[in-house]
Amino acid sequence: MIERVGRWRRRRVLAGMAAGAVSLAMPSLLRAAPTGKPVRVGGTLSLTGFLAQTAAIHKIAAEMMVEEINGRNGLLGRPVEYVLLDDQSKPEMARSLYEKLITVDKVDLIQGPYATAPILAAMGVAQRYGKVMIQSSMGIPKLQTYDRAFPATPFGSEPDKTYPNVILDAMASIPTPPRTMVVLTSKFPSAQFMAKGMQKEAEGRGVKVLLYLEYESGNHDFGAIAARLKEANPDFLWVGSLGLESNLLLEALRKLDYAPKNHFHLYPAPGPLALSPDGDRALCSTFLEPDEPFMSRPGMKRFAAEFKERAAKINLPYTTIDAQACGMISEWQMLETAVNAAGSLEDAKIAAWLKAHKVDTVFGRLRFDGPYNHGDAAQLIKQVQNKEWKVVWPKEFAAPGIKLIAS
Amino acid sequence: MPSVTLLGQALISGVLAGGMYGLLAMGLSLSWGLLRLVNLSHFALAFLSAYAVYELGTTWHVAPWWSAALVVPAMFCIGAAQHWLFDKFRVNELASLLVTFSFAVILEAGIQLYWTADFRRYETAYATRSIKAGPFFIPVLELMLCLVAGALAWGTWVWLTKTYVGKALRASAEDAEIAAAYGVNHRKLAYLLSGIGAGYAGIAGTFIALIATLAPSEIWTWLGVVFAVVIIGRLGNPLGALLAGLLIGASQSVAMAIFSPAWAPVVSFSMLIVVLLWDPEWI
Repeated sequence: MIERVGRWRRRRVLAGMAAGAVSLAMPSLLRAAPTGKPVRVGGTLSLTGFLAQTAAIHKIAAEMMVEEINGRNGLLGRPVEYVLLDDQSKPEMARSLYEKLITVDKVDLIQGPYATAPILAAMGVAQRYGKVMIQSSMGIPKLQTYDRAFPATPFGSEPDKTYPNVILDAMASIPTPPRTMVVLTSKFPSAQFMAKGMQKEAEGRGVKVLLYLEYESGNHDFGAIAARLKEANPDFLWVGSLGLESNLLLEALRKLDYAPKNHFHLYPAPGPLALSPDGDRALCSTFLEPDEPFMSRPGMKRFAAEFKERAAKINLPYTTIDAQACGMISEWQMLETAVNAAGSLEDAKIAAWLKAHKVDTVFGRLRFDGPYNHGDAAQLIKQVQNKEWKVVWPKEFAAPGIKLIAS
Repeated sequence: MPSVTLLGQALISGVLAGGMYGLLAMGLSLSWGLLRLVNLSHFALAFLSAYAVYELGTTWHVAPWWSAALVVPAMFCIGAAQHWLFDKFRVNELASLLVTFSFAVILEAGIQLYWTADFRRYETAYATRSIKAGPFFIPVLELMLCLVAGALAWGTWVWLTKTYVGKALRASAEDAEIAAAYGVNHRKLAYLLSGIGAGYAGIAGTFIALIATLAPSEIWTWLGVVFAVVIIGRLGNPLGALLAGLLIGASQSVAMAIFSPAWAPVVSFSMLIVVLLWDPEWI
């Protein structure tokens, strides 16, 4: 009897394994293709204007995810139609377009735009119509006061405290921890917010902040700033930069024959900084990189390969998937999970489900029951090593064989 | 109080950065002052040139100086063709603002379509070379930019003040009808000047490719400060444009060294207001 049960169990296990293998190999054969009237999901991205660099990444990730979801069972068995508009990097445009998406285009659901200012603008509209809005790039979580707005990136509710401490912990681990630092930041609101937090936390931990400097976002001339940094010669340089500002700063420093000892950059364009001759050992925040242990997360290898292919196809110079793209992937994973689990397209039901449950995303399992609907912070530190970004801190997330290199 | 070394270094950096303002302002100033056309697409042409230099350098491994030899004549032709449109549709000073803004937007979209919105950086071995002079460092590329801008400004000034063609252009700008009565063919000269202005955008673009960040939206980042430079330097005055550029660059940089770097833009626009109110005769 026992033997029989065992044999039966073995058969069942083997059958299950075979079915699993077939389902992985040919998902469309075994899963019902979505049918019926499409579920329209509307959103804007900054396809033109000064935020367009990142929107290109988000657009690829969103299109990948729509295909992925439609390749499964869609939303509630219906196919997804993504209605994407260009907010031109202008918050006022984002506001008008979300109004249009909801009232004219009559979309069923919305996804958030990119960057704090457009998100805030869109959030006001979402609140007026009671729509759930999932976003992945709001750098100042305390401004997300709408109870149906949810973050898809694990910033945590107080990144101005958590980010700096992860960085300072990493710096404290090097053989000669920094005793002095300079905080240099763009006046871009989310960078400035983080810079003030960095200054406060550093001073609280006994690191002397020699200079706190702000420059206009989009500044081109870093000559005088470089001269000030060289004269201050801090043990650690923290730069609240965006895009290629870090490249320009490091070049300006090299022109003065000066290389900063340890240097951190907040929101740099990842490719150009990694490939720059001055970028070696630059530090930056992240939530994941395409290495282990992150590549073992469900779907991650496929996302990375597909992202690379699509990015190369549209001629993007840096085709490696990063935390930005994964933010958008996470948004769609949340939407798919919440809608299907709530069994409804009603925003109230989706929001209630998200608040009460956790969602498995590329960033790990996210929860939304903390302040401003945020869960745990999960910042990591990455470093340019041999022209590639590698997670170096906390140690348990470091890529195999990789460790933080101090200058 | 900042050290002498810091102030000196900031001054050097600022003057050299001002060279770019002056170079960008020159073509705009000539077009505005002598053709009465406010050509906002000048910035887009400069960036189109920068992207072309980047493409030739990164894809075809053409040295930037050879790229400039291709790009500048091409820009001259584009400038002349652009003027043909202005002439055909009788675009006046006010309308030129709108028309050339539209050109710039179209060029921006075209650049984004081909090169995407992503940042581009043309890394070259000489981009970060400097000459050491005592405690100071003089970046080689920016120094070259300043020398080229100086040579162009001086050459253009001589051309405008000492040659028949230059004098004819200035006369037409003063009073086209009277100039025509003396046999000046303003329309033909306007094509030449428009081409030269766009050619200057090509030269500026070559340096932008080597020094700055390339992204389609960057077209607009120099607009404010370059307009201030054009007005402070007086319309149609290439030497004035260069000197105003150097002055604003130096002032911004020294302000960055002494106060917060965020004060830099305040300096250029404060200077513009002062100059407009003061209106000194020596400018």
